[in-house]
Amino acid sequence: MGLVMPNPGTIFWMLIIFGIVFFVLKKFAWKPILTALKEREDSIATALNSAEEAKKEVAGLKADNEKVIAEARREKEAILKEAKELKDKIVAEAKEKAGEEAQKTIAQARQQIEAEKTAAINDIKKQVAELSVSIAEKVIRKELSNKGEQEKMVDGLIDDIKLN
Amino acid sequence: MLKLTKAVFLFFAFLLPGYGQLQAQQGHEEEKTHVTESHSEEIEAHASDTHAEEGFNAGEFVIDHVSDSYDWHITSFGDKHISIPLPIIVYSKQPELHDGQAFHVFMSSKFHHGHSAYKGFRISESEEFKGKVVELDAAGLEIGTPIDISITKTIAGILASVVILLWLVFATAKLAKKNTGRAPTGVQNALEPIIFFIRDEVAKPAIGEHKYEKFMPFLLTLFFFILINNFMGLIPIPPFGANVTGNIGVTMVLALFTFAITTINGNKHYWKEIYNPDVPWWLKFPIPLMPIVELSGVITKPFVLMVRLFANMMAGHLIVMVFVSLIFVFGSLFGPAVGLGASPISILFSVFILLLDVLVSFIQAYVFTLLSALYFGMATADHH
Repeated sequence: MGLVMPNPGTIFWMLIIFGIVFFVLKKFAWKPILTALKEREDSIATALNSAEEAKKEVAGLKADNEKVIAEARREKEAILKEAKELKDKIVAEAKEKAGEEAQKTIAQARQQIEAEKTAAINDIKKQVAELSVSIAEKVIRKELSNKGEQEKMVDGLIDDIKLN
Repeated sequence: MLKLTKAVFLFFAFLLPGYGQLQAQQGHEEEKTHVTESHSEEIEAHASDTHAEEGFNAGEFVIDHVSDSYDWHITSFGDKHISIPLPIIVYSKQPELHDGQAFHVFMSSKFHHGHSAYKGFRISESEEFKGKVVELDAAGLEIGTPIDISITKTIAGILASVVILLWLVFATAKLAKKNTGRAPTGVQNALEPIIFFIRDEVAKPAIGEHKYEKFMPFLLTLFFFILINNFMGLIPIPPFGANVTGNIGVTMVLALFTFAITTINGNKHYWKEIYNPDVPWWLKFPIPLMPIVELSGVITKPFVLMVRLFANMMAGHLIVMVFVSLIFVFGSLFGPAVGLGASPISILFSVFILLLDVLVSFIQAYVFTLLSALYFGMATADHH
């Protein structure tokens, strides 16, 4: 049989065999195989998609969590700051008040001291006056025990008056 | 370094099929000369003497192994031939020559390896019908061939590989149904990557995302049919080893299927591009130059498919046989010792070519499928 001349018998059988094989495989084999492949691919694709979505969701949750945490932190800081301010304010107020009170007390004390001082001075003045008077009396009495002296004193007094 | 070996390898891969064809031609010539020689020798009645001198005819040996035949030859010891007989199916237009029956079915063993006639049929030894079943007239002269649809070696080989193909694909289909939505198991693992490859690397890019599905069954059948037959052809034990994809009748039918599907699915745009392509008017009128070129392209495309697969697979078989026959050529020229000494080199080369053929088997199945897909893509392409 020639190598390069197609043999009619071969062509005849080949047409029949290949035709039948093609038809049978197409009808009963390739269709289910290709459908199964497609289904699997689809299911894998869906699975991957849902995984991706879940990942996104988790990421969203994480972001939310972080947001909440950050907010909480901020709030905490704000509260702390407020508390500190309040404390400072209270302390400052207290300090101020205490200062004022002290000032008041001091002023009062000062006033009292002043008053007492004045009273004391007045007392002292009184006593000094009394003492002076008694001393003067005693001196005068002693000095005026003799005549010459009296006169001398009178003279002196008169002189003083003149000078004044 | 790896790149270099790859380059060298590819170089040989491209070179060798050409070399094979050359060998085939030489083989043909040798065969022819041999036939004429033996013819003249027969006339001189010195046939047996000269035959013994000639010893081993490499050309005939090689061509016999790659040719189709009516029985499946396994081996011969001297004059004793061991072969599997195959059914001969012939329809004669002259039933009076064959016991009044037109339709005949009998085993090829009735011919005794072409040595005897049966019911007015015999395997011709004349140059015109060499190797074919011919009808004999009352005087025992060849008068022509009957309608011959015998199950030859090639057809038997196709049937054997079709059994394997059907088993493989149906096993996969069964598993695919069972494992829907789950991981593949068993033989499904072997076929699915190839199916994916055909779908994603061949059909989708060549035909397009939307239309490829329609052609998938054909492309898959084509690819697996060619691939399995290519591989079966490399296994030298019956029922394998028939040179199926290296038979031009087989590749012709495959190409015809591609051609038919392309033509049936050709859309308006496809036909318009053939009969009225977008070229300057003077290329279409008064002489329809471009339409002629385009129309011839429609025919050449499947023709090239046919020849490419045939030539590549045929060449692979031829070279292996040539290297094997080298042993016997040396043996008959310089004595058995030299033949034995040459055998390791021959075997080494044969093994190398066989391994190359494994690669070629894949490449040719892929190329045939890819080109078919491209033609389908052209036939269904939208107008841009």
